[in-house]
Amino acid sequence: MAEHLLEVRNLSVDFHTAAGTVSAVRNVTWHLDRGETLAILGESGSGKSVSASTIMNLIDMPPGEITSGEVLFEGRDLLKMTDEQRRELNGCRIAMIFQDPLSHLNPVYTVGWQICEMMTVHDVPADQAKARTLELLRRVGIPNPEAAMDKYPHEFSGGQRQRLMIAMALALKPDILIADEPTTALDVTVQAQVLALLEELQRETGMGLLLITHDLGVVAEIADRVVVMNKGEIVESGDAAEVYLNPKHPYTKRLIDAAPGKGETRDEEDRLGEPLLRVDRLQQHYGGFHALKGASFSIMPGETVAIVGESGSGKSTMARAILRLDEPSGGKVIWKGRDLLKMTPKELFAIRRDIQMVFQDPTQSLNPRMTVYQIISEAWIVHPDILPKARWKDRVAELLVQVGLSPEMAKRYPHQFSGGQRQRIAIARALALEPKLIICDEAVSALDVSIQAQVIELLDGLRRDLGLSYLFIAHDLPVVRDFADRVIVMKSGEIVEEGHVGQIFDAPRMPYTQALLAASLDPDPEVQATRRNARKSEGLVPA
Amino acid sequence: MKRFIGKRAMASAISLVGLIVLVFFLSRLTGDPTDLYLPIDATQEMRDKFRELHGLNDPLIVQFGRYVWDLLHFDFGESIRQARPAMEVVLEGFRWTLTLAVITMTLVTVAAIVIGSLAAFKVGGVFDRITSFFSLIGASAPDFWIAIVGIVIFAVQLRWLPTSGTGTIWHWILPISVLFIRPFGLILQVVRGSMITALSSAYVKTAKAKGVPPRPIIFVHGLRNAMLPVITVIGDQAAGILNGAVVVETIFGFPGIGKLMIDAILQRDFAVILAAIMVSAVAIFIMNLLIDLAYAMLDPRIRY
Amino acid sequence: MSQTNTTTTPKERGRIGTFIRLLWADKFAFFAALFLLVVVLCAIFGPIWLSDEATRQNLRGRNAPPFELSRGFMYILGADQLGRPLLPRIIVAAQNTMAVAAGAVICSMIIGSALGLVAGYTRSRWSGAIMRLGDVIMSFPSLLLAVIVLYMLEPSVANIVLVLAITRIPIYLRTTRAEVLEVRERMFISAARVMGTSDRRIVFRHILPVVMPTLITIATLDFAFVMLAESSLSFLGIGIQPPEITWGLMVSQGRPYLTNAWWLSFWPGLAIILTTLSLNLLSAWMRIALDPVQRWRLEMGGRKNG
Repeated sequence: MAEHLLEVRNLSVDFHTAAGTVSAVRNVTWHLDRGETLAILGESGSGKSVSASTIMNLIDMPPGEITSGEVLFEGRDLLKMTDEQRRELNGCRIAMIFQDPLSHLNPVYTVGWQICEMMTVHDVPADQAKARTLELLRRVGIPNPEAAMDKYPHEFSGGQRQRLMIAMALALKPDILIADEPTTALDVTVQAQVLALLEELQRETGMGLLLITHDLGVVAEIADRVVVMNKGEIVESGDAAEVYLNPKHPYTKRLIDAAPGKGETRDEEDRLGEPLLRVDRLQQHYGGFHALKGASFSIMPGETVAIVGESGSGKSTMARAILRLDEPSGGKVIWKGRDLLKMTPKELFAIRRDIQMVFQDPTQSLNPRMTVYQIISEAWIVHPDILPKARWKDRVAELLVQVGLSPEMAKRYPHQFSGGQRQRIAIARALALEPKLIICDEAVSALDVSIQAQVIELLDGLRRDLGLSYLFIAHDLPVVRDFADRVIVMKSGEIVEEGHVGQIFDAPRMPYTQALLAASLDPDPEVQATRRNARKSEGLVPA
Repeated sequence: MKRFIGKRAMASAISLVGLIVLVFFLSRLTGDPTDLYLPIDATQEMRDKFRELHGLNDPLIVQFGRYVWDLLHFDFGESIRQARPAMEVVLEGFRWTLTLAVITMTLVTVAAIVIGSLAAFKVGGVFDRITSFFSLIGASAPDFWIAIVGIVIFAVQLRWLPTSGTGTIWHWILPISVLFIRPFGLILQVVRGSMITALSSAYVKTAKAKGVPPRPIIFVHGLRNAMLPVITVIGDQAAGILNGAVVVETIFGFPGIGKLMIDAILQRDFAVILAAIMVSAVAIFIMNLLIDLAYAMLDPRIRY
Repeated sequence: MSQTNTTTTPKERGRIGTFIRLLWADKFAFFAALFLLVVVLCAIFGPIWLSDEATRQNLRGRNAPPFELSRGFMYILGADQLGRPLLPRIIVAAQNTMAVAAGAVICSMIIGSALGLVAGYTRSRWSGAIMRLGDVIMSFPSLLLAVIVLYMLEPSVANIVLVLAITRIPIYLRTTRAEVLEVRERMFISAARVMGTSDRRIVFRHILPVVMPTLITIATLDFAFVMLAESSLSFLGIGIQPPEITWGLMVSQGRPYLTNAWWLSFWPGLAIILTTLSLNLLSAWMRIALDPVQRWRLEMGGRKNG
């Protein structure tokens, strides 16, 4: 057997926690060669990042403990080296970039200094390091590199920060680059650019790229081979396209089935009659910044309207303004013929029952010090006329069953649930008021793909059973495709395009919508390959 | 930045005016100084004369009006006890206290930061446990008790150091050591806590992935990020000493602003009380400004 | 990591059981709590049993040195300048010392955090006014306040509590305000507002319970600080006046005899240190135990040590 560049053999890592020992990974074996891209695919809790952390010596011991295995880099076992020897390899031969570059860059030093440091700790003279930094900044496409040297991380955009991280990681031309969810927090168009940059740089330097991700689309876009992990074990590995087309393990099959954006779009007739909610030239200004520049649309009873857009498009501002969580600067929100924005607090209070909201992060939207029963029944304390107190207990049980939880869970606290379960609790809380419209602000984007699919299914079922309307705010286009009747595309506070879901996805009119769709990644490697070629030839995504 | 200083000065000035009014009227509630300064068998005539001399005969509101009028002319009144301008007396005391505060806080800051950072690097290690324990004792000890024990051991038993007063460099050692202990304990704990947070942050992970050795990770990557809360506490503690380390100054017969203040209060030397409060207020205002400046220097995200 | 799944169902034990288990995990905190319990018992029952012993003068036992059992166990720590045994005096003095500190901490915490809630939650002009008031109190010399109270009112325990309570209000005011400003922006508050929940309910049901652990932790720490402040006042002669006794006053009364009878000041000072040290240890433990994110440290430590 030929020697691989990097080989992980039978690695097992345990974490000693309060609830006992958790084996984060068990008997993990994989390898990486020069010039290839290996993706480790898994959901949260699958242990997909653990082997990378082991390679970089980033696992805190205790609570972590490596119980078995070896990590061979050019045939030498990293785990048998001294800390000093490993520091010499880190950054120099093996480099790593992370998710959320803002928190991974030191906020109080200039980016120039931080990139230089990568070289100076590995004994490159300061003046050479500086020249190389400038060269790197230019290479990764940071505008005005000389000035950028003296700027701090918070002065860059999310995509630029990830480029800075890449520049830093590649400073010493490492043999291996480990990228841990490098594009997860980024907008789709930026994600496509960053992945393209990584690919280009790999071609230039011939490094091995290890990509850790939860996103089938990213795998389809960039990976040669894939390792699928679940609950600390490798369930399947092989050629990326092969694994997608012929998944062998049931878990892989489930994961691929859960990926959104494959179903039929819902194309229904225009609903006629009086709209449930009509938003008319809604504006929101923060100082001189116009977050919403007069957006208008309406929602019919029983309809699901999706608002999609990248960060800063004003879609969440819209939700908060409609609910008067922030007082809008201008415009109208007509609810059943009356302007919400002109209502007195008392009138508004009555309307609160009808419009509810489900937030992005269920961990934060549930009060950590209240039980599920208290969280759900608070609705009836606030609106006592909905339900007599004697019926509360039964109704909570009913609601929990309705959202797919069991009634005895009412006694527990939010932190005792998983992310998907918490979002179900948040939905139950919204349902307690028997609303007509639910605004979902990125309600599924913090969840794993398979959980995402379940929650979407739940919302869809509730719409059928209870005749609810949804205003569904998302940045993720495939999710919207399966779920919405109509789609509104927003960009910098304005509505760019609006139409039936089929029309938006199959025949987008506006260039921005086209770019957005072109940049979004499809889990199918073949579809993705076609898209890439199209993208390149049309030049829709400028590098 | 200028606007920020202006705004801060405005807020401080409002508080200071409120404080002066409050102190002016409340301090008179403690009684008439005449009884304190004249012998018990003083005649009514002598009393009247004393009162006349110090303007104590007029209604309180008139006295206040006169005081404010004088203040506007930078006249801070006269010390009854020392028969000198009150501001002169106060500034003299303040010089001593300021020296004491600067020396003590410099020592405290350096010691606490170095030791606290090292303790945070190996949480739960032997060094961490020992320093944590001693810092807790330091933060818990009443300063007058430490002063007394210090005097008994070093001045009375061993006769290494003088018991009180000023003059030689040896006179400074006990007061500084006593003042050092509590702020050191408190700041050490904050440094440690803040450093633990900084060292478990994502950017330290990046630094480790870059191959940066432990020492620069602590003192270059961690420390500067960990300094913000530390500076706040340093400021609080320095303000405490500037406001008068009353107990320590009293025990060691140290002529600082704290001793001056307690004497003035007990002797109803109103002008000195007010002048002392104003000097402390200005000193603390300047110090807070320096702290804000330090924030902005340490953290580029902070802009005023 | 998959910790979320594995920690979902810790066995429902009694609250007190969990509390003691967490306390046992930190041995320092455990003994600190034990010591404080003893102090509290002394404070409650000491004067009932020992007030006669503590005030009985014995001219032959003046400044009797400690560790001599010839005069009986009560004289184990020695006697003061009037021959009164120190041990019972310290036990009796615990009552005033504790009462002053507890009273001041409770008053300042209630007033300070109430003002802090208002200043943090409302965006009105009140918020600014309250903060200025806090500034004024903070820079008002507490010594002057003590002297004023001493001259105007009588130097009783209640009035010393008043003085100390006023000076500590800004601590709670600032902490509460800062916390409320942060908690107010959390998403579960938005969720409550969407539901139409009243401001009062949001403040008391949603914000206060989240802020409470921080306040309790600070109060524990502040208890120690107030004890030290009270002793300083007594030491300077502007706090509690004889024949009432507190630990601080005892240190002060022993000061003239430093050269020949160090124990007069030493023991009460030690009592102060041990109590404040225990409070500090307990507060450090609380900071971890009351934080659901950090609690595992204790749970793990307990497993390993015990």
